[in-house]
Amino acid sequence: MALRTEPIVLNIGPQHPSTHGVFRMRVTFDGEVIVGLDPVFGYLHRGFDKLAESRTYTQFIPLTDRLDYLASMSNNFAYCLAVERLAGIEVPERAEYIRVIMAEAMRISSHLMAVGFFLNDCGASVYTPLIYMYREREKLLDLFDMVSGQRLTYNYMRIGGVSHDLPPEFLPALRKFVQEMPAFIDEYDQLLAENEVLLARTKGVGILPRELAINASASGPVLRASGVEWDLRKKDPYSIYARFAFDIPTAETGDSYDRYWVRMQEMRQSVRILEQALAQLPEGPVRAEVPHLVRPPRGEVYSRIEAPKGELGFYIVSDGSVAPYRLHVRGPSFINLTALREMCLGWKLADAIAILGSLDIVMGEVDR
Amino acid sequence: MALVIRHAFRPIITTQYPEERLVPSKRIRAPQLVWEEERCTVCATCAKACPQGNITIVSESLPGNKYGMKHLEIDHGRCMFCGLCVEACPFDAIHLGRDYEQATYRRSQLVLTRDEVRLSEKRKASGYFRPRFEAEMPPQTLLVYGEKKGK
Repeated sequence: MALRTEPIVLNIGPQHPSTHGVFRMRVTFDGEVIVGLDPVFGYLHRGFDKLAESRTYTQFIPLTDRLDYLASMSNNFAYCLAVERLAGIEVPERAEYIRVIMAEAMRISSHLMAVGFFLNDCGASVYTPLIYMYREREKLLDLFDMVSGQRLTYNYMRIGGVSHDLPPEFLPALRKFVQEMPAFIDEYDQLLAENEVLLARTKGVGILPRELAINASASGPVLRASGVEWDLRKKDPYSIYARFAFDIPTAETGDSYDRYWVRMQEMRQSVRILEQALAQLPEGPVRAEVPHLVRPPRGEVYSRIEAPKGELGFYIVSDGSVAPYRLHVRGPSFINLTALREMCLGWKLADAIAILGSLDIVMGEVDR
Repeated sequence: MALVIRHAFRPIITTQYPEERLVPSKRIRAPQLVWEEERCTVCATCAKACPQGNITIVSESLPGNKYGMKHLEIDHGRCMFCGLCVEACPFDAIHLGRDYEQATYRRSQLVLTRDEVRLSEKRKASGYFRPRFEAEMPPQTLLVYGEKKGK
């Protein structure tokens, strides 16, 4: 006679450290196997989309920092691009380069954290890389601190450019970082690529098939790991990305290991872009002549960038006043969670934690 | 073993706070605002620029068709130190501060009035958006790339 089993429902989160903030998964188990999973959001809800309506266009920039707080500069960038497109503002050349430098440095910093925490989620035996990656991120935070005076919420970009020019000591430090970084990425590869624990925990686990990834509107490294060559920097170039040579790393299977691998390769490409941007950086003003209160004409705009986590879009409706009439954020972390249930079904509890870690979510962006 | 020995002779990058302190960025946006009375014209542009509405300014008429500051109150407890008030000020009268140790026992102690936010020897201004202060500040200690640690 077969052993009679009953499904059991287990809450993981919202305060569990491996749920990356305040995410809650209501998981149904049959024995040890996951048979159902409901993501529950909203524990960090702050109403950013609505707050924008009571603030001027400039006053909303510091709030965008708080969306994806591991990639604040990218959020600033996406929002400022949207407003500039709406108001028809031309950004000076030097400011464009500074923005790209910041966005790519931010991508490296965000991916370092993504990979580090993913490996941490996989178990304490691969904890060392997280500490290594904090070491590299520290250098970037020093640079951001030098430029903007903060280490997390930078509020650096402005409509029509950036708030300050780079300080004189910034460029030598960044050049040094760009020279050193490839060796450090090699070091991580050496540590991890043949790590048996990592391979056993991630190879073939949590597969996101190509069709499902597209249908679930996944973007960023999650989509590219499933074999879709889609990067907005190449496919819908914004700012000055068309001037740089870089590749779009893609993988085939779409498992947790591929998502990790794609992020590692993207860091190498970001270093390449940084090298080129540093070589081409022109002199000149860093901020266009923009009135203190920006009043875009009546109309609407959807503008998107390739943020570290995927397609970050801002949809703004303007009624011609100093504040947006409506604003909506398309946060990549939120959309990438759509396919989590399908990825986790049939796996065990520890795998669900690793799969969630490989998606790289930041709850500030999910709940908004 | 070679790895252990190599690491043992590396420079230590941890800082023994509070005995040891790093020099912050020249543009540090530390949790305080600093106000210069001589430059202020009570135009309240800073109050309008604040996304949170933390700055309260009440003006008063003075003899000779002039305006003076009757009351200034800044709620540092709700401030996010974005620096938009500093950028908005047309007369360079409000700055961000340098002192990053601002813990208090009660939230009400974070609401500061005009005498408490005034620029002084104790309450120094940061170089954020203010090149005249940036010039006199010591170079930032870089945690990893720094040649040697500051005090």
